[in-house]
Amino acid sequence: MAVVVTSTLVKPRALAGAPLRATQDPRWVRWLLTGIALGFLAFFLLLPLAAVFGEALRRGVGAYFAAVGDADALASVKLTLIAALISVPANVVFGVAAAWCIAKYSFRGKSLLTTLIDLPFAVSPVISGLIYVLVFGAQGWLGPWLIEHDVKIIFAVPGIVLATTFVTFPFVARELIPLMQAQGSEEEYAAITLGANGWQTFWRVTLPNIKWGLLYGVILCNARAMGEFGAVSVVSGHIRGETNTMPLHVEILYNEYNFVGAFAVASLLAVLALVTLVLKSIVEWRHAHAHVQAHAR
Amino acid sequence: MKKLFSFSIALFAFFFIASSSAKTIELLNVSYDPTREFYADLNPAFAAHWKAQTGDIVVIKQSHGGSGKQARGVIDGLQADVVTLALAADIDALHEHAQLIASDWQKRLPGNASPYTSTIVFLVRKGNPKAIKDWGDLVKPGVSVITPNPKTSGGARWNYLAAWAYARRRAGNEAGAQKFVANLFKNVPVLDSGARGSTTTFAQRGIGDVLLTWENEAHLAQKEFLTEGYEIVVPSLSILAEPPVCLVDKNVKKKGTQAVAQAYLEYLFSDEAQRIAVRHFYRPSSPVIALKYAQHFPQLELVTIDAAFGGWTQAQKTHFADGGVFDQIYAR
Repeated sequence: MAVVVTSTLVKPRALAGAPLRATQDPRWVRWLLTGIALGFLAFFLLLPLAAVFGEALRRGVGAYFAAVGDADALASVKLTLIAALISVPANVVFGVAAAWCIAKYSFRGKSLLTTLIDLPFAVSPVISGLIYVLVFGAQGWLGPWLIEHDVKIIFAVPGIVLATTFVTFPFVARELIPLMQAQGSEEEYAAITLGANGWQTFWRVTLPNIKWGLLYGVILCNARAMGEFGAVSVVSGHIRGETNTMPLHVEILYNEYNFVGAFAVASLLAVLALVTLVLKSIVEWRHAHAHVQAHAR
Repeated sequence: MKKLFSFSIALFAFFFIASSSAKTIELLNVSYDPTREFYADLNPAFAAHWKAQTGDIVVIKQSHGGSGKQARGVIDGLQADVVTLALAADIDALHEHAQLIASDWQKRLPGNASPYTSTIVFLVRKGNPKAIKDWGDLVKPGVSVITPNPKTSGGARWNYLAAWAYARRRAGNEAGAQKFVANLFKNVPVLDSGARGSTTTFAQRGIGDVLLTWENEAHLAQKEFLTEGYEIVVPSLSILAEPPVCLVDKNVKKKGTQAVAQAYLEYLFSDEAQRIAVRHFYRPSSPVIALKYAQHFPQLELVTIDAAFGGWTQAQKTHFADGGVFDQIYAR
C-alpha cells in the first residue's frame, strides 16, 4: 500500500527527469539544518543530562551511593514504584477497553468519550491534584465520611496513586485508538465466523495485533507515572519518608542545599528515562520488523 | 508476563512486611520551610528523652513547606499531630476553617506558644556592593530585593510588616508606609512561594542584591554557601517574629497521641531544646538561655505584631486578605 502511494506521488517529477530527492536545497542548507538540529539537541538535552550526572558524582561515587541509599530516598523510590505498579496496569485495562469500544463500535456519545480521555492532557497537573483535594479532602465532598471511617486518601499513598493514574490515563488509550481504527474489525469477524468466542477473539486475534502499540503505550505511561510532579505534589502532604515520590524528594533535597543528594536521585530518574527510551526504540524496531514480516508473508 | 506478575506480588509483599516490622508511636509535625534543620536535630533528642521517660519509641515525621500552604494541607486533612508554623494567623486558620483546635490555643503554652523567636534581617552579597545598611536602602533604584510571596509564605508576611513598621516610624503615618512598601515591592523581581525558595533564588540562582529573610535562615544560608561570603545586615528596626506551635486537638484525639504530642511541644521549651534552637540561630524564649547566648544575637529594636499591627487577625485582614493592601500594592 505504502509503495503505491509513493510512486504515484513521485511519478510526475520522475517523468520530468528531476532527481528522486525530497528537496532541491543546496548542500549547505542541509548541513546547516542538520547542524542546528544537532546543536539544539546537544544544548537542550545532552548538556542538562550530563550536568545531572556530573553534579550527582561531584563528591565521588561514595557520596553518590550514600545519597541513593538514604532511608528517605529509598522510601521515595518505593513509593514511586508502587504508584507506577498500580496506575500502569489500571490504565492498561482501561486503555484497552476504551480503545476497543471506540474503535470497534459506534454509539452515541462516542466523540464525547474520546474527548474525555484527553482531559488529563488538557488540564494542568496542579488542577488534577486539586480535583482530588476537593473530592477527598477534609473539606471536600467525601472528606467527612472518609474521616469518620478512618480512610486516608489524600496525603497518603492512595491519593498519590489516584493522581498518578489520572495524569497517565490517556497514554494507552491514545496509542491504541488510531491503531485499532486502522486495523478495522475484519479479522475479528473472521474469528467469530470460525466459531471463536469473545475472549478467544480478544486473546488470539486482537491482542497479537495491538501488542506493540500497547507496549509502546505502557512504556510512555510508565515514564510519566514515575516522573509526575505537579499533581502528586498537591496531594502528597510532603511527609518525609512516607508520601514523597522521587520527583518530590529531588525538590526537597535541593531545597535543603543537599545538591549531591538531589542530583543523585534525579540521576536515578534520568536512568529510568533512558531505559524507557531504549525500550521504546526496541519496541519500535520490533514493531517495524514484525510489520515487514507480516507483509512479506 | 506471569513472571512479571509474581515479581510484582513479591515486591508488594516485601514492602508491606518492611513497613510494618517495628511498632512505634508516630507523630507528624507539619512545619514551615526554614525549620528543617532545627527539627532534624530536635526530633532525635526528644525521642531519646521520651524513651528514657516512658520506654516507648517515638518517631517524628516531618512535612515542610510554605506556612500558609501547610496550614491549608492540615485543613484539607493532612493528619498533623502538631503544627509548628511561621505565624499565629496560619494556626488561627485551623480553628476558623476546620475547627481542628480551640480558639484560645495560643494561651495553652508559655510565651504566646512560641518556643523560639526570630526576626527579619538582610542577607547581601560579599562586600555589600550596593551598600545596604537599612530598610531605606531597599527602595533605591537599581537595588533588586528577594522576598517570597506574602500570600503563601509566613516569612514573607513578617518581611512585609517589618518594612511597614520601619516606614511608618519614618513617615509618621500609614499612607507613607504604604508608599514605601509599594516602592519596595517594585524592586522585587520574583516572588517565590516559600522562604527556602527565595533563599535558593538568591544563593543558587544568583538573583537579587539583598534577600529579606529570617535571621536563622540568613545564618544557615551563610553557612551553606561559605565560599560565597554572604554578609548579614541587621537593620535599625525589625519585627519580633513569633513562630508558634500548637497541638491539633482533633487529630491527636482520633489518633490517640495526645500525651506524647503534648510532651513534644512542652519539650520545645526545655533547656535542652532551647540550646538546639540557639544552635540553629533561633532566639530562645527561655530568658536564662537567652542571657547565656546573648552575644549570638545582635540587639536591635523589635516591634511586636500585637503592639504595631493589633495582632495577626487584624494584620491579616488589612494587609494580606484578598483585596487587601498587598493586593492593591502588587496589582499596580
